[in-house]
Amino acid sequence: MLERQAPETEPWTIRVQDLSITYRTAIEKKPTLKKTLVRLGRRQRIIREIQAVRDVSFEVPHGHVLGVVGVNGAGKSTLLRAMAGILPPTEGKVEVRGRVSTLLALGVGFKNDLTGRENVVLGGLATGLTRDEVMAKYEEITEFAELGDFMDMPMRTYSSGMYGRLAFSVAISMDPDILLIDEALSTGDARFKEKSFEKMRELCAEARTIVLVSHGLRSIRELCDEAIWMHEGRIAMRDRSGAVIDAYREFLHLSESEATNEDV
Amino acid sequence: MSAVAEASRGRDDFSGEYHVYEPHRVGLPPLRPYFRALWARRQFLFELSRTNLRAQHFNTTLGQLWLILNPVMLGVVYFTLVYIIRSGGRGSIFLAHLMLSLFAFRLVSTAVGSGARSVVGGGRLILNTAFPRLILPLDSALESFMRFLPTVGVYAIVHVVVGLPIGPSLLWAVPIIALMTIFGAGAAMFTATAQVYFRDLANFLPYFTRIWLYTSPILYYAEDVPQKLRPILYCNPMYPMLGSLNDAVIEGRTPPAGLLAASFAWAVATIVAGTLFFISREREFAIRI
Repeated sequence: MLERQAPETEPWTIRVQDLSITYRTAIEKKPTLKKTLVRLGRRQRIIREIQAVRDVSFEVPHGHVLGVVGVNGAGKSTLLRAMAGILPPTEGKVEVRGRVSTLLALGVGFKNDLTGRENVVLGGLATGLTRDEVMAKYEEITEFAELGDFMDMPMRTYSSGMYGRLAFSVAISMDPDILLIDEALSTGDARFKEKSFEKMRELCAEARTIVLVSHGLRSIRELCDEAIWMHEGRIAMRDRSGAVIDAYREFLHLSESEATNEDV
Repeated sequence: MSAVAEASRGRDDFSGEYHVYEPHRVGLPPLRPYFRALWARRQFLFELSRTNLRAQHFNTTLGQLWLILNPVMLGVVYFTLVYIIRSGGRGSIFLAHLMLSLFAFRLVSTAVGSGARSVVGGGRLILNTAFPRLILPLDSALESFMRFLPTVGVYAIVHVVVGLPIGPSLLWAVPIIALMTIFGAGAAMFTATAQVYFRDLANFLPYFTRIWLYTSPILYYAEDVPQKLRPILYCNPMYPMLGSLNDAVIEGRTPPAGLLAASFAWAVATIVAGTLFFISREREFAIRI
C-alpha cells in the first residue's frame, strides 16, 4: 500500500497481477498459548496453508461489469476482499483506481445491539466519510431499504431479509466509483429482489465499475459484460458472461433450471 | 462533498483515489499516510465508543445508571474487605484514597481488558471494511475513559463529604489522568495484538488484573508496603501514577518530580511501543481472525 501517482493513461480501473492469497492457519482452529507452548517445546511448526487464490491476473476496464462465478470455496470472496484492500496479497499486486464501496457476504451490521441508523452511520464513518457526508446519504438509504420504524430498532430485532435490504441499500448509496458486491442480490422478498435488480441495472448503465459475485446466474448473464469462472483459486475461464455461464452450467451438469435463475 | 474532503481523499491510503496492494512482510506500513487515514477516522472513533457505551446497558432496567452504580458498589466491596481484614476502619480519608485509586485503576484495567477483545471480537468490521485497525484499541481506551468520567463526580462527592481540602494541587489530577489514559491505550494495543496470536490471553487477563490491583497502592497506602516488597512496587507502572494522583488529590500537595517523570515515561514508552507493535502486525489480522 504505497502512495503513488496513478498512471492516467491506462484504461483499467482494477488491475490484478499474479495475485495469490494464502491463509495461514495452525491446525487447531484457534491458536492457544498452551498448544503453542507444547509445540514450541517440541520445536514443531504446524502450519496449514490454504491457497484461496492462486496466481490470478485480470483487468477490469473502466465502466465494465465483471461477474464472478464458481462453486463454494473457489476463492471468489477472498478475491473481492483483496480488491477492497482488506486482505493483503501473499504474492502479486492489486491496483484499484477510484473510491470503492463493498457489499461483502457478511453485510453491513457490525453490532447487533445498535440500531439500523447507528450501524449505517458507523459503517459510513468507517469507510472514511465525514458525518455530514453520511447524513446526506442517509435519506436515500432509508428510502431504498423501506424499513420504516425499524431503522431505530436494534439490529438484533431484524429478520435476515431486512438485514440484507439495509446492507444493499448502504452499498449502493455510497456513491462509489467501484462497487464490489458479494452475494447480496439474493436477499429480501421477491419485490425487493426485483427492485435491487433494477437498481443494479441502473448502476451498471451509469458507467461505474462493478464486480459482482453471485450464484444467481441470471443476474450475471444479464448484468455483466464479462465473467470470470473461478475454480480452486484459479481462473478457469474468462469470456463474455453468456459463454462463461454456459460452460459453468455444463460443468455443474445443470440445465437452464429454475434453481439457478431464481436466485437473482 | 466539501472541497477539503475531496482534497484529502487522494492522500488517504484507505479511501483514496488510487491504491496499490502488495505483499508485505511483517513490518511497518508507511506511517504518514497511515496516521493521516487514522486522523480522518476520528469521527468514527468517537461514534464507535459512544454507541458502544449506549448499547452496553440497553437491556437493563437501571440502564446508564450502572455507569455510576458499578464503581460505587465496587468501592463499597473493597472498603468492606479492608475493614474486615484490618478489623476496623481506617477512617474517612482512607475511603477517599480507596475510591480515587480504584476508579483510576479501572480506567487502565478496563482499557486493557476490552482492548484484548477489540480486534478478535471486531470480526465483521474487520472483514468487511478497510480502515486503520488502530481505531479498535483506541476505542477501548476512549470507552474506558468515558466510563471513568461519571466516577469523577462520585469521587468529588466523597472528597467534599470527608472534608478534604480543595486547592490548586487538584489540577495535577488532569495531566496524571491523561497519562493514565495514554498508558491504558498503549497497553490495550499490546493485548489486542497478543490476543490474535494467543486466544488464551483473555482468560488469563482477569486474574492478572486482580493481582495487579492488589499489588498497586489502592487497598493500602504506598507507605504501608514493607521494605523488602518495595522493589515490586517500584516496578509497577501503577505506582508512580497512583502515587502522584494520591499526593495531588488526597494529600493536597504537588507530586514529587520523580513520580511524575516516571508516570510520563511509562505512558510515552507504552503508547509508542504499543502503536508500533500493533501497526506492524495489523495487516495480518484479517487473515487470522
